[in-house]
Amino acid sequence: MSTARCRLDVDQVHVWRGDRHVLRGTSFRLDGGEVLHVWGPNGTGKTTLLRVACGLLRPEQGTVSWLGRPITTIPADYQSALAYASHEAALKGDLTALENLRFTVGMKRTVSLAELKETLEKAGVGACADLPTRVLSAGQRRRVAMARVLAVRAPLWLLDEPYTNLDAHGAEFMSAMLAEHVERGGAAVVVAHHDLALGCAVRRLELAA
Amino acid sequence: MWTWFYRLASPPSVYRVAGVFAPWLLLSAAVFIVYGIIDGLAFAPPDYQQGDAFRIIYVHAPAGWLSMFAYTLMAIAGAVGLIWRIKMGHAVAAAVAPVGASFTVLGLVTGSLWGRPMWGTYWAWDPRLTSELILLFLYVGVISLRAAFEDPNRGDRAAALLAIVGVVNVPIIHYSVQWWNSLHQGATVAKFAKPSMPGSMLWPLLAMFMGYMLFFFGVLCMRVRAEILNRERQASWVREVVRA
Amino acid sequence: MSVGAVSVLRLVLRRELTLSFRRPGQLLQPLVFFLIVTTLFPLGLSPQLSLLRDMAPGVLWAAALLASLLSMDGLFKGDSEDGTLEQLVLSGQSLTLIVIAKTLAHWLVSGAALVVVSPIVATTLAVPVEAFPIMMLSLGLGTLTLSWLGAIGAGLTVGLRRGSVLLSLIVLPLAMPLLIFGANATDRAIGGESAAGALYFLAALCVFTTTLAPIAASVALRITLE
Repeated sequence: MSTARCRLDVDQVHVWRGDRHVLRGTSFRLDGGEVLHVWGPNGTGKTTLLRVACGLLRPEQGTVSWLGRPITTIPADYQSALAYASHEAALKGDLTALENLRFTVGMKRTVSLAELKETLEKAGVGACADLPTRVLSAGQRRRVAMARVLAVRAPLWLLDEPYTNLDAHGAEFMSAMLAEHVERGGAAVVVAHHDLALGCAVRRLELAA
Repeated sequence: MWTWFYRLASPPSVYRVAGVFAPWLLLSAAVFIVYGIIDGLAFAPPDYQQGDAFRIIYVHAPAGWLSMFAYTLMAIAGAVGLIWRIKMGHAVAAAVAPVGASFTVLGLVTGSLWGRPMWGTYWAWDPRLTSELILLFLYVGVISLRAAFEDPNRGDRAAALLAIVGVVNVPIIHYSVQWWNSLHQGATVAKFAKPSMPGSMLWPLLAMFMGYMLFFFGVLCMRVRAEILNRERQASWVREVVRA
Repeated sequence: MSVGAVSVLRLVLRRELTLSFRRPGQLLQPLVFFLIVTTLFPLGLSPQLSLLRDMAPGVLWAAALLASLLSMDGLFKGDSEDGTLEQLVLSGQSLTLIVIAKTLAHWLVSGAALVVVSPIVATTLAVPVEAFPIMMLSLGLGTLTLSWLGAIGAGLTVGLRRGSVLLSLIVLPLAMPLLIFGANATDRAIGGESAAGALYFLAALCVFTTTLAPIAASVALRITLE
């Protein structure tokens, strides 16, 4: 993982939502070993920026490049290199935590159930592995979502409000995971309302109204 | 070369060009239609089989043809917008849809009126009319889909995809309805007997076709201008135009 | 290390089928609807057997189309609501492949189930047993084609208010050729004649739709997610 090269360039991106000019020429560059903290008031386009970075949303103007190439030319490669955690935990309520992981991580790489179980343990929800996720608390679901991000082993993490619903322990765990990821040469874009106390250098990007 | 095309396809230039063409198109349409109506209704000889009833062909046939042409145009414009992301494509597609639908309704109504003297009933599932009816459903689908989206960009793109899927299906629908009709020939359904056309009958028909086409494009120019003004309302050049 | 196409197909099929069977009550709904709609016709017209036999192809097919469409809007809606649709789109795998797997799984528990139940329903409409094989074959091809068309519609209408009504509005006109060929095949089978012509057309429609619809449906999904 530390050998994975990592460079995300977001260049002069403009997005309109109906009449609203949500992103106005936003740019940033992210290399391996860096965390970008995106913050700003509600409605300023933080989630939109993250979705543009993922490739879910094509900006009206501007480009997003991964390792120097526009992501529209390398969709499959780029998607294999990223792990996206949206505002919702994105879990199927009727499937167990383990099954959820198996079906999403299994699309990106071959992985054994034992390994997935270990990752759930690491995330502090090992006991929930065989429970349908609809019976889990919001905090537990968030941890399962985090376990998914870990299990995918992608160099680029795009996280939308990852600290939502986490208690003090959970927040600590999240920060520890982020720090570890970054230490190994990974990069992360984190949308969060509060400061990130990561113990490593965090760059900030403010989106204003 | 592409920059020339992109500049040509930019909203202000389309607005200008459409504005120049519209009055000429509508004027020449009026000329052709007036000639076609007068010659077709008053001077063309009555058909030996259908008498004077056949004259509705002058209003019906071009309407049917144009409804098909308009749908195809809508699908192509939508494809241009969807594949090459040229916003004018979506504007044209949105402008065409209600016009095409109106021609379809006109074709259905005139077809039904033609049916009365022919079959004694206003509707008898004639294959061409049935295909027209299904085409109307397709139009309604595209218009409703575009309107259902809050975000107009997504609405345009979704409607464009649906129009493309529809245009691929239209030949299939036509053929299957013909096939269905041929199976049930024994029943009272009669196809529209196309009268064999001597010149005196044909010229007014061709004039009507031409007139309808010109009218369609004239109205399209006007509608595209309105679409552009609406879609680009944030742009400064639009504010200049509106202020003037 | 990276996952091949067959594995993806198997994985998604397994996911969909697991999810479907965790809610067995929902699996029955299209089947019951099928039965209810066919019951409407004898009640509304007449229980005279010869009349029913004449009506049977049309009634069966109309009911099967409506019952299939009823469950179609659930194809992507659940995933859209809980956010897992985005994860599928970002999985690095071909979205077309994922759509194929999801639609096939959906057809297995709705369309195919309808085909299995159809002899029961057909008996209530006085369809002779000899006609069953052709009827079931045509219904199988027809519901599969409809599932592909429905996937396009579902992709376009995910997340729209009153999406399911719009879905039916969009898909039914496209499904009319299906109805024509399929009902005719059933009709000829009932009459003891060869249904080959209609079946060939139906099969051709099915192949055509199977090839192109998944691509259109994945484009529709990307449009919706923007």
